[in-house]
Amino acid sequence: MWDKIKEFSSEFFVTGDPLILGAQVSIGLTLVAVVLVLTYFKKWRWLWSEWLTSVDHKRIGIMYIICSILMLFRGGVDALLMRTQLAAPELEFLTAEHYNQIFTTHGVIMILFMAMPLMFGLFNIVVPLQIGARDVAFPFLNSLSFWMFFFGAMLFNLSFVIGGSPDAGWLAYPPLSELSGSPGVGQDFYIWGIQISGMGSLATGINFIVTILKMRAPGMKLMKMPMFTWSVLSSSLTIILAFPILTVTLFLLFLDRYAGAHFFTLDGGGNPMMYINLIWMWGHPEVYIVVLPAFGIFSEIVSTFSKKRLFGYSSMVYALMSISIVSFFTWAHHFFTMGSGANVNAFFAVSTMIIAIPTGVKVFNWLFTMFRGKLSFPTPMMWTIAFIPCFVIGGMTGVMLSVAPADFQYHNSYFLIAHFHQTLIGGVVFGFFAGLYYWWPKMFGFKLHEGLGKWAFWFWNIGFYVCFMPQYALGFMGMTRRFNEYNFDMGWQPLNVVSTVGAFLMGIAFLFQVWQIAHSIRFYKKEPTGDTWNGRSLEWSIPSPAPMYNFARTPIVTSRDDWWEKKERRRKGEPELPHVAKAEQAPLEPIHMPRNSGVPFVMSFFWFIAGFGFVWDWTWMVIPGLIGVIVCMLVRSFTYNTDYYVPVDEIERTEAAARGAH
Amino acid sequence: MRRYYRMLMTVLFLTMAFALSGCSGAQYIVLDPKGPIGQSQKDLIIITTLLCAIIIVPVLILTAIIVWRYRDRPGRKASYQPHWEHSTKLEATWWAIPIVIIAIIGVVTVNYTYMLEPSKPLESDKQPITIQATSMDWKWLFTYPDEDIATVNYIKFPEGVPIRFQLTADTAMNSFWIPQLGGQLYSMSGMAMTLYLQADEQGSYYGSGANFNGKDFAQMTFTADAVSQEEYDKWVSEVKGDAPVLTMDGYESLTSPGPSDVQLFSSFPEGLFDKIVTQYVEEGGGGHGHHGASASDPKTDDSQTAFNTNSTQNEHAGH
Repeated sequence: MWDKIKEFSSEFFVTGDPLILGAQVSIGLTLVAVVLVLTYFKKWRWLWSEWLTSVDHKRIGIMYIICSILMLFRGGVDALLMRTQLAAPELEFLTAEHYNQIFTTHGVIMILFMAMPLMFGLFNIVVPLQIGARDVAFPFLNSLSFWMFFFGAMLFNLSFVIGGSPDAGWLAYPPLSELSGSPGVGQDFYIWGIQISGMGSLATGINFIVTILKMRAPGMKLMKMPMFTWSVLSSSLTIILAFPILTVTLFLLFLDRYAGAHFFTLDGGGNPMMYINLIWMWGHPEVYIVVLPAFGIFSEIVSTFSKKRLFGYSSMVYALMSISIVSFFTWAHHFFTMGSGANVNAFFAVSTMIIAIPTGVKVFNWLFTMFRGKLSFPTPMMWTIAFIPCFVIGGMTGVMLSVAPADFQYHNSYFLIAHFHQTLIGGVVFGFFAGLYYWWPKMFGFKLHEGLGKWAFWFWNIGFYVCFMPQYALGFMGMTRRFNEYNFDMGWQPLNVVSTVGAFLMGIAFLFQVWQIAHSIRFYKKEPTGDTWNGRSLEWSIPSPAPMYNFARTPIVTSRDDWWEKKERRRKGEPELPHVAKAEQAPLEPIHMPRNSGVPFVMSFFWFIAGFGFVWDWTWMVIPGLIGVIVCMLVRSFTYNTDYYVPVDEIERTEAAARGAH
Repeated sequence: MRRYYRMLMTVLFLTMAFALSGCSGAQYIVLDPKGPIGQSQKDLIIITTLLCAIIIVPVLILTAIIVWRYRDRPGRKASYQPHWEHSTKLEATWWAIPIVIIAIIGVVTVNYTYMLEPSKPLESDKQPITIQATSMDWKWLFTYPDEDIATVNYIKFPEGVPIRFQLTADTAMNSFWIPQLGGQLYSMSGMAMTLYLQADEQGSYYGSGANFNGKDFAQMTFTADAVSQEEYDKWVSEVKGDAPVLTMDGYESLTSPGPSDVQLFSSFPEGLFDKIVTQYVEEGGGGHGHHGASASDPKTDDSQTAFNTNSTQNEHAGH
């Protein structure tokens, strides 16, 4: 009996690596500490009723952001481990197996569990406030999306200590990801972690499309929407077209592994190349899904801190929409070297280059928003200014990569690695940081410390160039991605050392950000107004943090930068427009709000149970998991008491308290 | 705080300068091609980089100027027009500039795409030599069908003669790349891809398996030696004389996962490459379905030798 348990646990838990053992111990200790703290301060009920069951878009957004920062930490540690291994030739810091696991989890975590939730967090916090709505269209579904993401991410991360991490690359090309190449459970954790959170992502896409199309404040025509809202719309449209492809592809891979099917196997008529096509049909739009909202954030910030209207609004809208359409016709540029022939390669080369046109237009429009403006440089604007040259260079190397015959020399090399990190860090991460610093006061009612933020900014930026510029050169030196070691005679060492130094500079930058957040909480200074940055759109017209119902009265929108125009009218002493004035003086009415629900949390937890059962092929666990999911759906279907009204006197109290501060 | 800030800046900029200049004496093999394909690809890299730079460099300069000139400071002279938000002329200009540049790069790219199609034979008065390359877990097996010799992780061929590489994979996909001769092409199981390369100079060139295919993927590097015709002939006859024979059993032991040193063989089983290419073709559609069965390995099945060349040998044609 004892031997059986020992044998099982040696297979169940990842053993034998001091790094992982340390992680297991620290995870265990952290969990115990969290439980103790919650119990000691009697916070369990608070946690459940205020957060875990909340359907408030602002709280869901904050939870997304907390998770994504934790995931950034894990993905970042993965990156530093890799860079340490590559700092010297023939180093034996990590074994080949361990290195393969780390680059796989680094990629998956950074894209799916860092960039996506950070983006969804900003969607959640900003979009309803920008369009003058009380919540998203489907608050319950929104909560479900978050918890599906959360439990999917947990399942994926669990593979680190239980069963072993996936190691077939972040897109898990078969046959390496088939049972023949990955007999362990790591790949199953990959499939189910992504599947469960992917369903959540798809639901979020639907939710925001409906929210934006149906819930805008009166007067906000499509062409009067703030640019961030436009970018969310284009990104969400891309999500609902791309994510089903991912779900189907991974489901087919699951059938191969679980039911012995032959979609992507080598034998039995399967074709691994089909998987590569399918996964990139999702994978390429995916990078635009994360970068388009970043474009939206930059548009907001550049206009706010230039104190000027966004230049070329309609060009910006057409650019966003055309990028999200063309992004579906470029997937094969990820494998020009598959030998599909000159016709196919020529088509995908040109379609890829075409993306550079709207992107270039956006850059010009940002520049001319600043032109004849009055620029100030707090941290959100610094990230925006840093983004422009970084992304322009990243875009240039992107066009270079799209030149199919030249790509035969860049493909799989560090040139490619440098390129996509430049666009994903310089575009997406810089953008989301800018957004985080910009909307932080709106989320929490206090600003982040500017001085520490500038230190973090410079460490991030200089670290970035020190890390990735040498990698372009390494690509020309023939260094291939995913090498866990290299020989002395290739001459790759000096640049690799430089690159590793850069990675650690970015690690220091992250520590500065953690310090910045801790410091700003410790020396909490309430923002006196809701309009920290002299903003332009509706979210700045209400107190910070926004009241639970957002707007006491539904705002009436008359122009693009509605809040800015209103402030201008006030400044000049002009009378308010009659229909707006009438609405603003109307008596308060009870506000219709959704009720909190524990179902999303519980249902996602059952998905987690089912997923864990699938991973280990434990049918006894899968069945109760799936039954739990169905029961949760039934419970929700027969719950009729899902909403309530906030009475007028409560609104009056809340407003008085929020606005009384200044 | 401010003083430390300046110090930090200095240190970081020095680090960056080191990063950008610390490349002297390095071996930029992609930019040092020794064959016609690599040379054309280098030309293309330079052309497209310059075309991109035409637009990028002014944009970077413009960014710096605008950010500097329009920063908010007391007593500045630059104009401030908070309502200026549209100019059809300007916007038409910057829709047009990228369109023109991309159109030019597009035309160049499409021309080169047809010109450098990997399966297109190189123009030469010399008869091409065929080398069949199989990526395995985790080594390269090279077979010379005309000379009837085989090697592992090493190839030698004469300079100035087109080499017709045929590529396949025993298991997971890899990518065959000799940077100084030309770009890479995937080696994929169940297919025989064609890649023409040629070395115009004698030399010893670095080759690698550029696509991740599992644990010891980093060990899949090999050397490609381009030598004179005489030296090549001598080498072939030496290998034929001295080296051991690669038997079917020997091949089977090569398929077991693991890295390998350089090996030479005086002969190899007839039709070995075709056998590797067609090893996954179903004979009579045998059924196997339960969980875990896809790891089964049909390559020991002798009946697989009878295959239909037309339908399975996916000779890469590019039309």
